[in-house]
Amino acid sequence: MSTSGRAFKFGDNIDTDVIIPARYLSTADPEILAKYCMIDIDDTFAGKVQKGDIMIGGRNFGCGSSREHAPIAIKGAGVSCVIAETFARIFYRNAFNIGLPIIECAEAARKIADGDEIRVDFESGKIENITKGETYQAQPLPPFMRDIIDGGGLIASIKKSRGEA
Amino acid sequence: MSTQAKQPMTMTQKILAAHAGKDFVAPGEFIQAKLDLVLGNDITAPPAIKEFTKLGQPAVFDNKRIALVPDHFTPNKDIQSAEQCRQMRVFAHDQSIENYFEIGEMGIEHALLPEKGLVVPGDVVIGADSHTCTYGALGAFSTGIGSTDMAAGMATGLCWFRVPEAIQFVLKGKLSEHVSGKDVILHIIGKIGVDGARYQSMEFVGEGVASLTMDDRFTIANMAIEAGAKNGIFPVDERTKAYLENRGKRPSVIFEADQDAVYAQVIEIDLAAIRPTVSFPHSPDNTRTIDEIERMEQEKGAITIDQVVIGSCTNGRLDDLRIAARYLKGKKVAKGVRVIIFPATQKIYLDALREGLIEIFIEAGAIVSTPTCGPCLGGHMGILAKGERAVATTNRNFIGRMGHTESEIYLASPAVAAASAVAGKIANPERA
Repeated sequence: MSTSGRAFKFGDNIDTDVIIPARYLSTADPEILAKYCMIDIDDTFAGKVQKGDIMIGGRNFGCGSSREHAPIAIKGAGVSCVIAETFARIFYRNAFNIGLPIIECAEAARKIADGDEIRVDFESGKIENITKGETYQAQPLPPFMRDIIDGGGLIASIKKSRGEA
Repeated sequence: MSTQAKQPMTMTQKILAAHAGKDFVAPGEFIQAKLDLVLGNDITAPPAIKEFTKLGQPAVFDNKRIALVPDHFTPNKDIQSAEQCRQMRVFAHDQSIENYFEIGEMGIEHALLPEKGLVVPGDVVIGADSHTCTYGALGAFSTGIGSTDMAAGMATGLCWFRVPEAIQFVLKGKLSEHVSGKDVILHIIGKIGVDGARYQSMEFVGEGVASLTMDDRFTIANMAIEAGAKNGIFPVDERTKAYLENRGKRPSVIFEADQDAVYAQVIEIDLAAIRPTVSFPHSPDNTRTIDEIERMEQEKGAITIDQVVIGSCTNGRLDDLRIAARYLKGKKVAKGVRVIIFPATQKIYLDALREGLIEIFIEAGAIVSTPTCGPCLGGHMGILAKGERAVATTNRNFIGRMGHTESEIYLASPAVAAASAVAGKIANPERA
């Protein structure tokens, strides 16, 4: 499974308040949340992002509040993958649980520039920077996390383990 | 799956091992742990209920082990918030969830649950709110998760965890007069950074623990998440036991770290040396001591303020209100400064009333609200306009957290907040 798109680059400590401010948390509808994704630090993002595009973060991406609305907003905006140097732990869990692919790769996070065309292969963890002609290698996911994402998210995995569709 | 021989464990490892049915768990290992309590609020429960419903399971795993608290956008902020609260209310009713707390009974969740004795030592608690780490003050493993984990927890009574490494904070001495738990944790976050404890447990030990009140410990554990931690945890001592007497709803199970447990880092904290500390915009780790702030004032002028918020799951408890009252008694808040005080539960509000604290607040020109998270997350009850500055006893000051993206939040203790309310600028409680 792979994805490709334009990179949108953000810095360190991108917190979930900035990903989706609390004033929008009266709903969990992905389409509505998507419109306000990143609005408080980049009010052009929601309008520019296209399906398949890739978000790049630095250290501690997704820190702060546990709001699952944050990865929901990012996924709803069409982002196919978030690559960051490191992830905050609640955001990490939430992203896997809702089926938003995320990858920790310090080299990719540092070297990818805003606007670069990126291709990500989830199986191999290979990240290609088509614009720069560079390749970065992410660590393979722990098998436990692979199972959740392969199962289609946490709830789908539980259903499967119960022998349901 | 761990096939390692039993090795020394931290307090957190021991609690997780016990709940995973194992003799030993190693840092990095993935486990499934049995849950003692699953918590959600009016913002996080609706998506969780939706996910739970997808499982097609008629009943939650145990309707006595779920707590639902409408505290974020309540009393109903607007129609959409009213609908979210209604969804949670209906679910609580349909599932016969006894720990559903309606307006009039509720409080801010992380003050309410300990008050009601719903968390006891040795518990594993998950909550769809990042400040669920608060209950570590009671010697429980308690951590924040998202709505989907909450749904899975409600269905199965289990949650997966990656066992954390730990940082040990060895506390010695005791706090000086105008200093409290808030200053300790802000100092720590300033020192190690907002990802300084990422994925780790923060274990607070040492002779200094005994001098910390339960409210101090709740405050410190509450902000473990702001250093990126999975959880914060205190040992169970005589103070914890006294707190739980006639209160704890279930028996305590007391775990102690092994003497030779392994820690990724050991940090010594001299409580007596902690100064009143403030986090500057826009990060909890952007800290200054009050002494640095006074020097800044001499060089560049005072940091004048428009609003003070005293309350939240971090500092809305009775001790916090008593401290605030010390600096407001017989004084008036500075002209033009809006001072909003949030007792965190109905009981705290009533106790404060009976002690004369509410009168002190109102006479000083502050306003007193019903328990709610309110402005802490930019919901309602005190939002900031462009260019405005607030001193708040809350826990986050990211861009836009309390209102306009061009507003500023300075995180502080109740003492600093109350002293600042009177001074109209960030002020030193030692000089109040």
